[in-house]
Amino acid sequence: MSSSDIHIHDHHAHSHDHDHDHEHHELPWIRQYIFSEDHKIIAKQYLISGILWAILGGLFSLIFRIQLGFPNADLSWMKPVLGEWIQNGKLDPEFYLAMVTMHGTIMVFFVLTAGLSGTFSNFLIPLQIGARDMASGFLNMLSFWFFFLSSVVMFASIFISTGPASGGWVIYPPLSALPQAMSGSGLGMTLWLSSMAIFIVSSLLGSLNYITTIINLRTKGMTFDRLPLTIWAFFITAIIGVLSFPVLFSAALLLVFDRSFGTSFFLSEIYIGGEALSNQGGSAILFQHLFWFLGHPEVYIVLLPALGITSEIVATNSRKPIFGYKAMIGSILAIAFLSFIVWAHHMFITGMNPFLGSIFMFLTLIIAVPSAVKAFNYIATLWKGNIIFTPAMLFSIGLVSFFISGGLTGIILGNSAIDIQLHDTYFVVAHFHIVMGSASFFGMLAGVYHWFPKMFGRMMDERLGYIHFWLTFIGVYVVFFPMHYIGIAGFPRRYYSWTGFDAFNSFADLNQLISIAAILVFIAQFIFIFNFFYSIFKGRISSLNPWRSNTLEWTTPLNPEHGNWPGDIPHVYRWPYDYSKPGHNEDFIPQNVPFSQTPHSNFPHEKDSNE
Amino acid sequence: MTTIYIIAAIVLIVAILVVIFRLQVLSAVLKGRYEKRVGIGNDINGLLFVIVFVVGVGAFWYSYQQASAFFLPAASSEHGVRTDQLFWVTMAILVAAFLVTNALLYVFPYFYKYKEDRKAYFYPDNHRLEMIWTIIPAVVMAGLVVFGYKEWTAITSPAPKGAEVIEIMGKQFAWQVRYPGKDGVLGNYNYRNIDAVNEFGIDMNDSASYDDFIPRELHLPKGKPVLLNIRARDVIHSVFLPHFRVKMDAVPGMPTHFWFVPTKSTADMRDETGNAKFNYELACTEVCGRGHYAMRFVVVVDEPADYEKWKASQETFASLNRDYAAEKAPKLVGLLPAKVAAPEAPADSTAAPADTTAVAAH
Repeated sequence: MSSSDIHIHDHHAHSHDHDHDHEHHELPWIRQYIFSEDHKIIAKQYLISGILWAILGGLFSLIFRIQLGFPNADLSWMKPVLGEWIQNGKLDPEFYLAMVTMHGTIMVFFVLTAGLSGTFSNFLIPLQIGARDMASGFLNMLSFWFFFLSSVVMFASIFISTGPASGGWVIYPPLSALPQAMSGSGLGMTLWLSSMAIFIVSSLLGSLNYITTIINLRTKGMTFDRLPLTIWAFFITAIIGVLSFPVLFSAALLLVFDRSFGTSFFLSEIYIGGEALSNQGGSAILFQHLFWFLGHPEVYIVLLPALGITSEIVATNSRKPIFGYKAMIGSILAIAFLSFIVWAHHMFITGMNPFLGSIFMFLTLIIAVPSAVKAFNYIATLWKGNIIFTPAMLFSIGLVSFFISGGLTGIILGNSAIDIQLHDTYFVVAHFHIVMGSASFFGMLAGVYHWFPKMFGRMMDERLGYIHFWLTFIGVYVVFFPMHYIGIAGFPRRYYSWTGFDAFNSFADLNQLISIAAILVFIAQFIFIFNFFYSIFKGRISSLNPWRSNTLEWTTPLNPEHGNWPGDIPHVYRWPYDYSKPGHNEDFIPQNVPFSQTPHSNFPHEKDSNE
Repeated sequence: MTTIYIIAAIVLIVAILVVIFRLQVLSAVLKGRYEKRVGIGNDINGLLFVIVFVVGVGAFWYSYQQASAFFLPAASSEHGVRTDQLFWVTMAILVAAFLVTNALLYVFPYFYKYKEDRKAYFYPDNHRLEMIWTIIPAVVMAGLVVFGYKEWTAITSPAPKGAEVIEIMGKQFAWQVRYPGKDGVLGNYNYRNIDAVNEFGIDMNDSASYDDFIPRELHLPKGKPVLLNIRARDVIHSVFLPHFRVKMDAVPGMPTHFWFVPTKSTADMRDETGNAKFNYELACTEVCGRGHYAMRFVVVVDEPADYEKWKASQETFASLNRDYAAEKAPKLVGLLPAKVAAPEAPADSTAAPADTTAVAAH
C-alpha cells in the first residue's frame, strides 16, 4: 500500500497480547530509529524535539518574567550563562526583546505547530484511518529532517554575538529589515528567516502527506462520516497550512530581498543611523497583511489539532458519544474558512482604511459562533456521562476551560472600537496565551497522556499526571488571568520596564505574583518530563486498549511494527463514538465490530452493507 | 565550590523523590490499585473541579476589587467615554457567559463521575439544542457588531473642520511634535531633509514652515477637536495616549491620523485623582528597539485660553535656527523674524531634539 519495505508477520496476530521484542529486523539501526520512514518513529521524533523546544521556550519566558517581576534584582548570577547580555547586574534591553521574540517563535512554530501537529498527525492518521503508513514515508522522513535542520539554524542563532532576532515574533519591517535599528536585526534575523523558510518546507511536506493519506488510504468502511474528530481536525489543519504557509514564505522572501538586495517592498522614506535611505514606495503595512494572512490561520493550525484530540478524549472518558458529531465537523470547517478572512483584525490601528476595519470586525465576531458551538458540545458531552478522570481527560477539560475563557476576551479584541485602547497591551497577551497558548499546550499534553500507551507500550503514572495537571491548570490561570487587569490598566506589551511612566507604575506586586507563578508552573512541568522519560523505560506495561476506546489504533499489537497491523487491516463498520450504547453489554463498541455482532444495540437503520 | 554543593543537593533531592515515587508505585501495585477500573483518584478529581471553581470565582471577585483601584481613570476624551462603556457592557456579557459555561464545565465532572453501576446516557445529537446555541451567540454577536461599528465609524470619520492640527513624529527612541503656528498650516517635509538640526525634515523652502514650532511637550486645548498627523522616520512606532483611549501606529512612509476631543485639562485631572503631580503621557506601543519602553512624552491639556497663550509664547523653529534656515533657503531669508534681544534664552523650553542616546544607555 505504501512503501515497499514493510514486512507483515502473520504470526503476530496470535500472540499480540505479549510484549514481543522482535530481533529480526532487516533495516539497519540508523534507518529504523534515525532516518526512519515509519510514521510512529517520526511522530516520536517530533514529540521529543517539541518537548526539548518547549523547555527552552519556557526557560526564555522565565528570563523576561524575572525582569518584569523583579526589575531591581541583581541578575549577575545569570552572567555565567548569558555573558555580555548581563551588564552591571541588569539584563540588556535588546536581549530582553530577543527573549520575547524567541519565546514566541519557538512556542508558536516549533512547539505548537511542529511538536503538536507533527507528533499527533503523524502518529494518529495512519493508525486511526487504518493505513500501514503515510502515503509517502520518504517525504514524511524528509519533513522531519527539514524541521530538524530549521531547528538547528534557529538554535544556532541564539548563540551569535549580535543576538537572535529580536523584533518580536511578528518581525515587522522596517525594524526587522534594518540592522541599524537593532542588533538582532543583523545576522540573527538572517538566520531566523532562513530557519523559517526551511520550517515552511517541512510543514508543507508534512501537510501534503497528511492530506493525501487521509483522502487515499482510509481502510474499507472508513468513510468521511466515520472518521474520528482527531482526523477531521488534522485534515483541516493540514489544508489550512498548505494554503497559508506559502504566503509567509513569500513575505519572508520579499523581506530577504529588502534586507540583502536593495529592494523596497516594505521600506519607504526612512532616516536611520544618521542617513536617509534610498528606499521609496514600499509599504510596511503590506508585510503585516502578508504576515497575518498566515499568522491568523496559524492560530487555528495550532488550536484545531488540540480541539480534535480533546474531542476524542472527552468522548472516550465520558463514556458517551461526542455531542453533535456533525456540528463539530461543521464548526471545524467554518472556523477554517473564517480563519482566512479575519487576519486584518490584528491591524485595526495600523492606519489601514477604517472601512476595511469594519469588515474585519464583522467577520471576526462571526468566528465566535462556531467556536461557541464547539464549547457547548464539549459541555453537553460531559452531561450525564460516566466520567473517568485520566490525566488526559483532566487536561482536556482544562483545555475547554481555556478555550472558553480566552475565546470570550477575543470578542472584546475583535471589536475594533474597543481594540483601540487594548491593542498591544497585556490584555492581548492574556487573551492569546490562554486561548491559543495554554489551550493548545493542554491539548498536546492530553494527547501525550492518552496515546503514550500506544507510543511506548507502557503507561504513564497517573498520580503524577494528576499532580501535574492541577499545578499547571491553577498555575496557568494565576499567570494569565491577572494580565487582563494589567491590560485594562493600559500596560503595553514588550516593555522592558514600566517604571518610567506615571501611568504604568502600579501593579508591581501583581507582576511579581505572575512571575513567581510562571516559575512554579515551569518547575511543575518537570513532573511531566520525569513521568514521560521514566515511563518510556520503566512504566507499567499497558493493556491493549487501556482506555476502552473505539478507534482503530487500539486494535494494533502493543508495540506495532512498521505496517501497524500484523495481519489484514481491520475493516470499519461504524462511527467511532458508540460509547454506552443502549442494549450492548459493554460501554464501548470499537469501530471494527460489525453490526451483525451487536444485534441488541443496533438502531433500525444500522446494518452492515456489502459484506 | 558552592556550585558543586548545589548540584549535589539537587541530585540528592531528585534521587530521594524518585525512590519515594517507586515505593508508592510498588505499594499501589501490591494493593491492587491497578486492577480496578477507577480508584479513589476519580472522586478526588471530581471534587477538586468544584472546589477549584468556587475558590476560583472567589479569587476572581477579590482580585478584581484589588486591581480595579489601579485601572486608568475615566476617559479624558469624548469617544473614550463611549468606548469604555462599550468595553464594560461587553465585559459584563462575557463574564456572565464565562461564569455559566465554566460552572457547567466544572460541576458536570463532579456529578457525573464514574460509577460502576451506571451507564452513560447515549445522547449523540439534538438538533434543537444545536440551533439554540448557534443562534444565541449569533444574535449577541450581531448586537455587539452594530454598536462597535457605530462607534468605530464615528471615531474614524474625517476630523471636523477647524480641528487643531498637530504633527507627531516617532523616532528611535523619542517622540517629537510640531505645531503649524499662526497660519494653521504645517510646512512641507521630506525625509531627505532630516539632519541633526532639522529632525522633522522640514522644507525651509516652503513659506508655511516659518511659523512652525517644535515644543518639548504636547499641549492640547480642552474641549476642541484635535487632529494628530502621525508619522515615523525610522521604524514603526505607535502613538498611545492611554487616558484619552487613543492609539494609532506611526509608520515610516505612510502618514496616519487620529482625531479626538480632550475633555479634561491636566488641572482637572490633578483634582480628580488627588495627585498634584499628575501628567498625561504619550507612550509607544509598537516594539521599535531597545528604547521602546522609554518613549515617554508629557502631554498637557490646557483650558482653551491658556492653550492660545502657550502657543503664542512658543518660538518658531526657524527663528531658533536662523543660520540653518538661511543656509537651506537663502531666497526666503525675508521670512525670518527680526532678531530679538536674547534669542538663546528660551532655548531649553522650545528646542526640540530629545537626546536619543540617553535612552540607549538604559
